[in-house]
Amino acid sequence: MNLTSDFESGRLTLYFSGELDHHQARDLMRQINDVLDELLPRECVVDLSSLRFMDSSGIAVIVRLSQRMKELGGRLWLEKPLGQPKRVIETAGIDRLAPVAITR
Amino acid sequence: MKAQNYIRLEFPSQSSNESFARASAAAFAAQLDPTLEELGDIKTAVSEAVTNCTVHAYPDCLGKIGMKLRILEGGVLEIGVRDWGKGIEDVEKARQPLFTTGGEERSGMGFTIMESFMDSLRVRSKPGKGTVVTMTRRIRGKSALR
Ligand SMILES: Nc1ncnc2c1ncn2[C@@H]1O[C@H](COP(=O)(O)OP(=O)(O)O)[C@@H](O)[C@H]1O
Ligand SMILES: [Mg+2]
Repeated sequence: MNLTSDFESGRLTLYFSGELDHHQARDLMRQINDVLDELLPRECVVDLSSLRFMDSSGIAVIVRLSQRMKELGGRLWLEKPLGQPKRVIETAGIDRLAPVAITR
Repeated sequence: MKAQNYIRLEFPSQSSNESFARASAAAFAAQLDPTLEELGDIKTAVSEAVTNCTVHAYPDCLGKIGMKLRILEGGVLEIGVRDWGKGIEDVEKARQPLFTTGGEERSGMGFTIMESFMDSLRVRSKPGKGTVVTMTRRIRGKSALR
């Protein structure tokens, strides 16, 4: 699991790559919290196009991230989920769990 | 049902073994010539079951996890994941979507995902004794695509 980010005019883009499971999730959430605390973005986009695997631990990370964005008065998008992560996101019905939009 | 092939693995409940467990399951399932999507489903279900042992069965210690994979007649893959940990008081309640005792690091969607990615899911548990999760999935394989 690897996290990189971009910040431009209030919009934070987080790029997830590799495999996101419980082993990776706590550390990932800590890194995300640090970035959010520092940048206070108004919009957050999570680019999932390079994520190869994700289980329900990743769902918890996305739900937590959406709560943090709500606290900041901002919005969250998930971009380009593919293959296995896409199936997990759809099965979990993430749109019922958190206010996130999914774009292709 | 008579098994045509099987493997049995045992490993400690450290979270770094989650990726090992799903990769092993995928390598064993390869003999059924699964599609990419079927492989993804198998990995996901194994990841959920093994993570539950790590997180819930042994919350503050390392314990033993057993994983058994069998190939049954008709190209059915059976996955069994077992622990000797805390156990589940009310299995029916635990299987409900969003139910979790794990706080904000968990989503409560593990059993729901296992159920929808597999053809069957059986959970047997005894508080203080442990839990066995048994799942099956018929692998249609790449030949079904041709
Ligand atoms: N192997 C296990 N040992 C003890 N409790 C378990 C086990 N697996 C599941 N549980 C219980 O069932 C609940 C639901 O599990 P699950 O659907 O995977 O969601 P989550 O792992 O996100 O909590 C857990 O919160 C836990 O209380
Ligand atoms: Mg779980």
